[in-house]
Amino acid sequence: MRYPGIKDLKLAEGSIYDRSKPGRKGYSLPLENLENAENLIPEEMRRKELDLPEVSELDAVRHYTRLSTYNFGLDGGFYPLGSCTMKYNPKINEKVARLKGFTNLHPETPEKYAQGTLKLMYELQNMLAEIGGFAGTTLNPAAGAHGEYTGIGIIKAYHESRKDFKRTKVIIPDSAHGTNPASCAMHGYDVVVLKSNEKGKVCLSALKELLNDEIAAMMLTNPNTLGVFESEICEITKLVHDAGALVYGDGANMNAILGVARPGDMGIDVLHYNLHKTFSTPHGGGGPGSGPVCVVEKLTKFLPNPVVVKNGENYIFNENNESMGMVRSFYGNVGVCLKAYTYIREMGKEHIREIAENAVLNANYIKASLSDIYNVEYPEGTLHETVFDDSKMPNDVTTLDIAKALIDRGYHPPTIYFPLIVHGAIMVEPTENESKDDIDAFIFAMREIYEKSINDPENIKNAPLVTSVSRPDETTAARKPILTQCTTCIS
Amino acid sequence: MRYLPVTDQERKEMLEKIGINSVDELFSPIPEKVLLKNQLNLPTAMSEMELDSLMSELAEMNTGSKMSNFQGGGCYAHYAPAAIDQMLLRSEFYTAYTPYQPEISQGTLQSIFEFQTMISKLMKMDVTNASMYDGATAAAEAVIMASKINGKRKKAVIAGTVHPHYIKTIRTYAANIIEEIEILDIDATTGTIKESELSKIDENTICVLFQYPNYFGSMENVFKISEIAKANKALVIAAVTEMTMLGAMIAPGDFGADIAIGEAQSLGLAPNFGGPGLGTFSAAEKHIRKMPGRLVGKTVDKKGKECFVLTLAAREQHIKREKATSNICSNQGLMTLAVGMYLSIMGKNGLKDVALMNLKRKEYMLNKIVAETKAVKAFSASSYNEFTILLPQNAKQVADKMAEKGILAGISLSKYFPELNNALTVTVTELNSYEEIDSYVKTLAEIIGG
Amino acid sequence: MSYNIPEKLRFKDTHEWVEDLGNNTYRVGISDYASKHIGDVTFVELPELDSSVEAGDTECVVETVKSSEDIFFPVSGTITAVNEDLEDAPENVNDDCYGEGWLFEIKADDSKAFNELMSATEYAAFLEEQE
Repeated sequence: MRYPGIKDLKLAEGSIYDRSKPGRKGYSLPLENLENAENLIPEEMRRKELDLPEVSELDAVRHYTRLSTYNFGLDGGFYPLGSCTMKYNPKINEKVARLKGFTNLHPETPEKYAQGTLKLMYELQNMLAEIGGFAGTTLNPAAGAHGEYTGIGIIKAYHESRKDFKRTKVIIPDSAHGTNPASCAMHGYDVVVLKSNEKGKVCLSALKELLNDEIAAMMLTNPNTLGVFESEICEITKLVHDAGALVYGDGANMNAILGVARPGDMGIDVLHYNLHKTFSTPHGGGGPGSGPVCVVEKLTKFLPNPVVVKNGENYIFNENNESMGMVRSFYGNVGVCLKAYTYIREMGKEHIREIAENAVLNANYIKASLSDIYNVEYPEGTLHETVFDDSKMPNDVTTLDIAKALIDRGYHPPTIYFPLIVHGAIMVEPTENESKDDIDAFIFAMREIYEKSINDPENIKNAPLVTSVSRPDETTAARKPILTQCTTCIS
Repeated sequence: MRYLPVTDQERKEMLEKIGINSVDELFSPIPEKVLLKNQLNLPTAMSEMELDSLMSELAEMNTGSKMSNFQGGGCYAHYAPAAIDQMLLRSEFYTAYTPYQPEISQGTLQSIFEFQTMISKLMKMDVTNASMYDGATAAAEAVIMASKINGKRKKAVIAGTVHPHYIKTIRTYAANIIEEIEILDIDATTGTIKESELSKIDENTICVLFQYPNYFGSMENVFKISEIAKANKALVIAAVTEMTMLGAMIAPGDFGADIAIGEAQSLGLAPNFGGPGLGTFSAAEKHIRKMPGRLVGKTVDKKGKECFVLTLAAREQHIKREKATSNICSNQGLMTLAVGMYLSIMGKNGLKDVALMNLKRKEYMLNKIVAETKAVKAFSASSYNEFTILLPQNAKQVADKMAEKGILAGISLSKYFPELNNALTVTVTELNSYEEIDSYVKTLAEIIGG
Repeated sequence: MSYNIPEKLRFKDTHEWVEDLGNNTYRVGISDYASKHIGDVTFVELPELDSSVEAGDTECVVETVKSSEDIFFPVSGTITAVNEDLEDAPENVNDDCYGEGWLFEIKADDSKAFNELMSATEYAAFLEEQE
């Protein structure tokens, strides 16, 4: 058995400004006499200088190509980042998203000349609602956290429409993503933290104690960030509803239950998806994502404006007076939505369930293959991801060391130190796209890291050894932040 | 299914290792009563070639994508060098995650650091973050950030000439955080905010947010607004929705903006029906700890080698949770690469040429419309590549007639400003040839009279 | 691990130390235990000078690369001094938590709240329990 390893070509590359030479040019514009054009600008509005680089097209291409070699993408290797669902980004998606008919379309184009994109948006709204078991969808949110913000805003609009102004708090389990409490705070809600029980799940009696007529909602990720399904979900949502509050579902982990079960059927009222997780759109080094929000029937009128509706044979935008308002300009990251649409159409009703089946199989296989040496604090009911920790590691080898040692073996590390309720968490999410061979190689690497931690711990603690840079000094970076380059300094 | 590589034999081996007999058993934590018994009601699966045709058909249905386009209003069609999209297809960039593991993310980190640098130079501001979703959310977050800096004040002042989507988004975001939003009225002659309205800026004002050129294309009196804001110790927030303008015209830093936000879609990104664009967020250095969003900083590694890392994360949601400066996590990452590359390739001279070409075409078109049609210039203020004209009849009806002739004539303002029923805001960029402009004016004259 | 717990100071259960400067004025910082556990301090957000504060509230934050710790006011009163040197040298909180790393001073109305804080001996016992 062997893991992929790293055998790399290391290209040194400085700043784009290092390549700059006065008078060099990389652009191509139609010939036009611009000599007196500046006179069209009132004197006081004229720009005096502009400090941008002057490079050729090849300079720019080389610069960014060389930078790309410092990066690890999932096309390059296994990327088991827990909670991030780093699934394969199908190439057909990239191809069709670049069709000029889509990219050139201006957002103010009258609807009748934009029927292709509007039809796609309408159908995507409906498909997402069907997958989650909901009645309505907005595609507006640009990312998962933006979806949370939108979803909580819908809940707020609902309570306010009932003149129920007393509800000022939202319950959030301690295992939740940081975006959950932050999204609530942006709506002025106070956060009530619900402690997980010894199985890493919601404790019904603790929840009961927190519920009262001041609670607007409960936010819940299911399966939760431990990869564990909340089996008492129906009891949880009933308790929350009985208290007059709504249940917000964080759909970050929807990959685990696609086609198997639907949040809407479990009593979830509002759910956001991450198209860049569950529906294969690329993460792009941090974005752009897309975070559509689905709601139950009684909440559809509060969706942010506008929503695409079908009017006879035509697709048009609709605005609702009771809407929570607008959450961004125009209609969402449409260019991302159409990749997700392509993916769902490719999988179809026949294969969508197989996504979850394979994702869950892979995660459980990894857990079964490593839990003898890597501790699993909450082993029960694992679905699509599994959380190990470093508590059984010899010679004080830590989670950070394991992560960096995986880099030396040709892997992107798993998510580490999250969720916060597991000390030294190592969160592995393999997704459905990895073959057994590739997973076996990863298991081999993890076991070998453990062996090496016994025999040669320094090797692990100094990892990564093969990358162009080693562990950065993050303390100095934060104490004396350098956030822009000094272009007049001599490097 | 081509994305699911585990074979039946392998599945058997894996189940054996787990110690169960079927995949269904893995779903046993899910209550029986919510397990789906049937397939979802979705379309049937498609092969790649079927998908290819389906998507081409949908793209073809967007007839507006091929029409002669003179629409702007926060989204602008510009020339983007082919090299940019080629780079966006490098999977080292687009299939990577957020650069939390710096040793294997230096490509993303350095490119964002250079993006932060170039946007800071363009805006003439000290620092810029790694991006926001779009200009509207950047504007909303800027107002919220200002309210945290100017904590004791109650009122955010927003120019009524700012993009209506931005104002609506600010209203949504500010609803539970800021007591009062005061909108400054428009001067119907200049097309900028009324000078008398500036007296609403007072010692209770958190910030003054304005856009230049504004939604009508008119250049605000940025020095005057800034001066009055500063006299009242209110923060100056400048919004730029058409950033190519900065190639030839003054930047927010030139009039002392405390926060500058922008929509950088103009800089190398296609319209894409309004997204993904790219929100930029820049501020004076003293405010960095209150900024939303990710920041990349330069540091050294264990061996003293220069490198880059995400920094000042203690502001962010994954550490500070409900006390974070914002809930933002994913941003528009890959778009910063496109914009960084655009600014590198265009450079200072290219961007200036683009700005001047836009100005020249706008001037040509505006003069021609006024000379050869019954339309008149709506406002007296100067403009960049976008201007508003008054038609002798309902602007939407005229635009509809123009569209039938294959021309997307502009944005009729009646949607947001009912009193401006006959006003049409027209945008012209370097992508609109002089022939195309001539044909626009000829068609307009045919419809409204010459 | 052993910790330096100066006899003359009093402590809060959230690991702030409080020094009686006389005249109901108190200097506040974080204990050796806290400074060793939070890691390298990168930034300190200090409360506003002359502002009045309530015991148990927080308007002071000590940040590290991976964390952000609220500092709770041990007594109510008015902020009479803040340690501005920390702006350039946040590392003082780690290097000299009882000296150069002090955070702020509060003038209280009386000494009641101060007297209710843990003594050095009590705090030492408290830490033992925590470990």
